[in-house]
Amino acid sequence: MEQTGHKRWVKGAHFVITLSFLALTVSGFVILMSHPRLYWGKAGNDLTPALFELPISRNYHHGGWIKTTPFKHLSGSQVSAVRTYDIFNENGWGRSTHFLAGWFLIITGVIYFIAGFFSGHFRKNLSPRRGEFSFKLFWQDLVSHFRRQTHYTGKYGLLQKITYLGVIFFLFPVVILTGMTMSPAITASYPFLLKIFFGHQSARTIHFFASVALLLFLLVHVVMVIRSGFKRNLLAITFGKSS
Amino acid sequence: MKKKRPITRREAIFAGLTSAGALLLSGCLKKAPPTYGNILRMGDDLTYVAQRGLLSQRALAMEYQKSDVTSFPVTDIGDPADPAMKAVYSKEYEELQRNNFKDWSLSIEGAIAKPRKYSMDDLKKVGERTQITRHTCEEGWSAIAEWTGVPLGALLKDAGILPAARFVYFFGYDKYTESIDMLDAFHPQTILAHTMNGEDLPARHGAPLRVRVETQVGYKSAKYLRGIVVTEKFVEPDADISTGWSWYTGI
Repeated sequence: MEQTGHKRWVKGAHFVITLSFLALTVSGFVILMSHPRLYWGKAGNDLTPALFELPISRNYHHGGWIKTTPFKHLSGSQVSAVRTYDIFNENGWGRSTHFLAGWFLIITGVIYFIAGFFSGHFRKNLSPRRGEFSFKLFWQDLVSHFRRQTHYTGKYGLLQKITYLGVIFFLFPVVILTGMTMSPAITASYPFLLKIFFGHQSARTIHFFASVALLLFLLVHVVMVIRSGFKRNLLAITFGKSS
Repeated sequence: MKKKRPITRREAIFAGLTSAGALLLSGCLKKAPPTYGNILRMGDDLTYVAQRGLLSQRALAMEYQKSDVTSFPVTDIGDPADPAMKAVYSKEYEELQRNNFKDWSLSIEGAIAKPRKYSMDDLKKVGERTQITRHTCEEGWSAIAEWTGVPLGALLKDAGILPAARFVYFFGYDKYTESIDMLDAFHPQTILAHTMNGEDLPARHGAPLRVRVETQVGYKSAKYLRGIVVTEKFVEPDADISTGWSWYTGI
């Protein structure tokens, strides 16, 4: 059988990042449950209009607000109101878990980035070859995925390479940076984050959509791993012989 | 011949996972605060050390324009002037409020050369700063308002803070307690606000005086202040710590 195992450091990074990602997903969902409303702009709350609301906790569409009082000296229509209901909020452990897992993700991610560049992993395995830059090949690859044709070559296909590059160099950086844009201390030192992501609540909304995209990737990734040879693929990324 | 490894990688991983599980379990079983064991606390401590080490401690949080001011929800633990809210009710506060806080004063004690009480007029003489900043709630929402108040650093200097002082504790009439370190206490935007959006601090926004810590999330900004205690040691009476919330929340 052909040698298929990944390098040891790739396996290690994959293992830690998978666990961190799962912990981040669970805790992130719990955090979202305490305020399942998303906004666009610099700030947003229950008294301002939302982009959309998710029916994922008893806080969804909750009307438990009384004593709406306007601010006397403001020219706009800004008000203050008191919450009257006991909200679902598990952010005590939710936030701490999210940030602990975030630390594992960031530290492992940085090591992976450095090792990926210097070992040639990105260049040799992930960047498309010159001959692969053709719309025809891309189309063929796409069609064969939908026709459920798999042919194992021991190398990544074009679509696979583009997806991995998108996840590694776009989705993960975006999800990490938008996460940091929600931090009051980090944005005090790096206010450009609030500019490039259009404000605190926009960053939160982008963070949400980037996580959804990562979850969709995870789903497709798992399906492809199973369909293209589950046992071989699983061994290659875990306890199989390393290349 | 291949040498037998004393411990295989597989064994090491399983051993690591089981011991991590055991640690988690013991953390859950521990009843006394700080809750959530030591593992989550490790992450919070790492965030504290990293943000203190890697970020500029004098950098100001973003300040906004008047046109950016938004509506502002009240989501605290309850109204200390309302006898129906048993957990937070304070008769003393109710009486102070009835008299429009004319008899209110703020006590400053602890690692202070001249522990004393400040009336609102005394406080206003110490200094003033106005800022339009964003309140970032741990729940996920945010709100922008204009705050005017006394810079905490100026007040601590006025009271004669001692060199050994390391933490500042805030005590509210709603029995809520918070604390911050000296870097946040002397941050230029850390103020004790008496004015919100141009009017006296509205009752449920923490009248007559509340903290604004703009470099941490909202729950550090304690309301309904009655006193400040400066300490040399870190003690844990904070509302956040005893209920399992992170003490440092710069993120």
